[in-house]
Amino acid sequence: MLEMLKQSNNPEICKPLVQAVIEKSKEFQKKFGRKPAFMEVCGSHTMSLARTGVKQCLKDDVNLISGPGCPVCVTDQRTIDAMIALAEGENRIICTFGDMMRVPGSNKTLLDSKIGGRDIRVLYSPVDAVKIAEENPDKEVIFLGVGFETTIPILTLMIGEAEKRGIHNFSIWMTTKLVEPVLRYLLDTGEVKLDGFLLPGHVSIVLGEDSYQYLVAEYSISGVITGFETAELLSGIYKLIDMALAGRVAIENNHPAVVSKTGNQVIHQWLNQFLTQCDEAWRGIGVIQKSGLDLKPEYDQFNAKKRFTVEVGEPRKTKCRCGEVIRGLISPNECPLFGKACHPMNPIGPCMVSAEGSCAAYYQYMRESF
Amino acid sequence: MEKYISLAHGDGGELSHRLIKDVFIEAFGDGNEALFDAAAITMSTNRIAVTTDSFVIKPIFFPGGSIGKLSVAGTVNDLAVSGAKPAYLTCSFVIEEGFLISDLKKIVTDMASEAKKTSVTIVAGDTKVVERGSADGVYINTTGIGIYENNNDCSFEFEEGDAIIVSGTIGDHGIAVLAARGELGISTPINSDCASLNKMLSEVLKSAEGVRIMRDPTRGGLATTLVEIAEDFQLTMKINERDLPVKKEVHGVCDLLGFDPLYLANEGKAIIVVTNRDKDKVIDILHEFPEGSDAVVIGSIIGKGKGQLLLETALGSKRLLTRLSGTMFPRIC
Repeated sequence: MLEMLKQSNNPEICKPLVQAVIEKSKEFQKKFGRKPAFMEVCGSHTMSLARTGVKQCLKDDVNLISGPGCPVCVTDQRTIDAMIALAEGENRIICTFGDMMRVPGSNKTLLDSKIGGRDIRVLYSPVDAVKIAEENPDKEVIFLGVGFETTIPILTLMIGEAEKRGIHNFSIWMTTKLVEPVLRYLLDTGEVKLDGFLLPGHVSIVLGEDSYQYLVAEYSISGVITGFETAELLSGIYKLIDMALAGRVAIENNHPAVVSKTGNQVIHQWLNQFLTQCDEAWRGIGVIQKSGLDLKPEYDQFNAKKRFTVEVGEPRKTKCRCGEVIRGLISPNECPLFGKACHPMNPIGPCMVSAEGSCAAYYQYMRESF
Repeated sequence: MEKYISLAHGDGGELSHRLIKDVFIEAFGDGNEALFDAAAITMSTNRIAVTTDSFVIKPIFFPGGSIGKLSVAGTVNDLAVSGAKPAYLTCSFVIEEGFLISDLKKIVTDMASEAKKTSVTIVAGDTKVVERGSADGVYINTTGIGIYENNNDCSFEFEEGDAIIVSGTIGDHGIAVLAARGELGISTPINSDCASLNKMLSEVLKSAEGVRIMRDPTRGGLATTLVEIAEDFQLTMKINERDLPVKKEVHGVCDLLGFDPLYLANEGKAIIVVTNRDKDKVIDILHEFPEGSDAVVIGSIIGKGKGQLLLETALGSKRLLTRLSGTMFPRIC
């Protein structure tokens, strides 16, 4: 598998692919008088496209717009403030993905709280949180449950494990997001004009190819499910231009080795067993109905929102335009703070600090391209 | 002997005396131990290099090394890349109450063995014990003294076309230590590259004339060290993504967890900038040593006057590399 992935980054394969995409795009530009515009939905796609140089190579020919697919970035300020306030409570161990540590709250970050003496632990393997709870029966262990369909199954696994082991001092602060509702939101508002979506490979393993048919049936827009290696990304973009030129609207699966028609049925069962749809607030967008998943009432004992009350004030207002970046309305360098007041050492918004954030990708990999 | 370190081992009394005698002198002693508060040493030259480093790595034992081996190799390498021949070391221990004396012995044995391998003498030391909870196991500081024997220093004068060499695969230490902490939920066959490079680098300096600078890319990784060189000497340096030596297992873990091998720590690698003329000679010398068997040219100096590091991607586009900025990593050295 590794050898296969290595081939997928082989310049002998990728350089001709870049040329093929550019030529295809010239055809498109000749026909429609403009560059094709696609949204990469997933934050990891944004990172890969920038890190491998695909965005830079295609910047004159394809408009690649970063979408709302970075879980930390789409978390609204009030929720971030609530999670930081949660960490301030006595007798708690907060467990989180590393990305959250430096996300700016209105007054401080989780890292500030940790430096101030709070027990906040970065986990690489989230299920360790259950073990930490077992080892610290006199403490409340709370996991910050941020994530899309890729992360959500792990959260259900944690609940199942805690239930099985009879652990009562473990809970999750659920603030999960779903892909479909936010794509529908973007298409319903029509704010951003797109010729298609590069659909996320990871999420699609869970959801399956068929889950995107609403894009075709209701919005007449194409999507290509794509992996994260250079050749996969390039061939995904090529297919999108090709479909647009041919006037064909479809969902194509460019990642068939791991993405099936109907997705991972075992995970679907877990989601149905533990979770129920809920309204979620998105940064820069507001509340989208049924755009997240919360624990079912029978699992209230594991639901941190039911077990702990936190009070947060009005979020701090800044000139950060993360909200517009997430919606694909501006690119990161169009924000007045980008690279000036806001940079990785002093992030004003979450997009600059998350490992999947658009602003972080542009700052780290594309500054010299502007 | 007792099983655990207690506060009494650090109070200067009988237990301290026994600890020094049974653990430290047992491992480091050569029959000429200092009988006074300071060791008297003689030098063959009046030009010396001095460096100091503290080691707080967790876990203290990891695949390919230990805090003991690292505390000698790390300081030896700082001297070696400065062009000095490592001669003497001092070591200072801060030990948490309750630490296993058997583990301490293992650490000290690793230090002695690495010191022997590198021909440095450990001439002075100190031990302090702090209450349980005030430190995490053991911390070690080593100070090294090196001698400039010949006039074959690095020139620190650069020209366009100078080659950038790295002495082997990058990121091995970072991944080995992260995996050894058991927090990644994965196991990997990767060993830390922790090794003393003094003999290899001394041979490079002795045999090749055109060495501009040598550095060891430890914390912050290859990219951070190269950025420092570029900025310090106002050079535009370019490295090629496809030439970077990265083990496929390290690549795999990086892909999975979102790390970049360019920013992962190394503890047994050197960056050598050398004239284009002498680059093949340096590579040949490095290849004669096991620590340098994967040495390759990864890029070159392409301009002067502007301190920046560029990476040419496999697709041929270029991007700026900057210092590691605030990524969350556990203690790795």
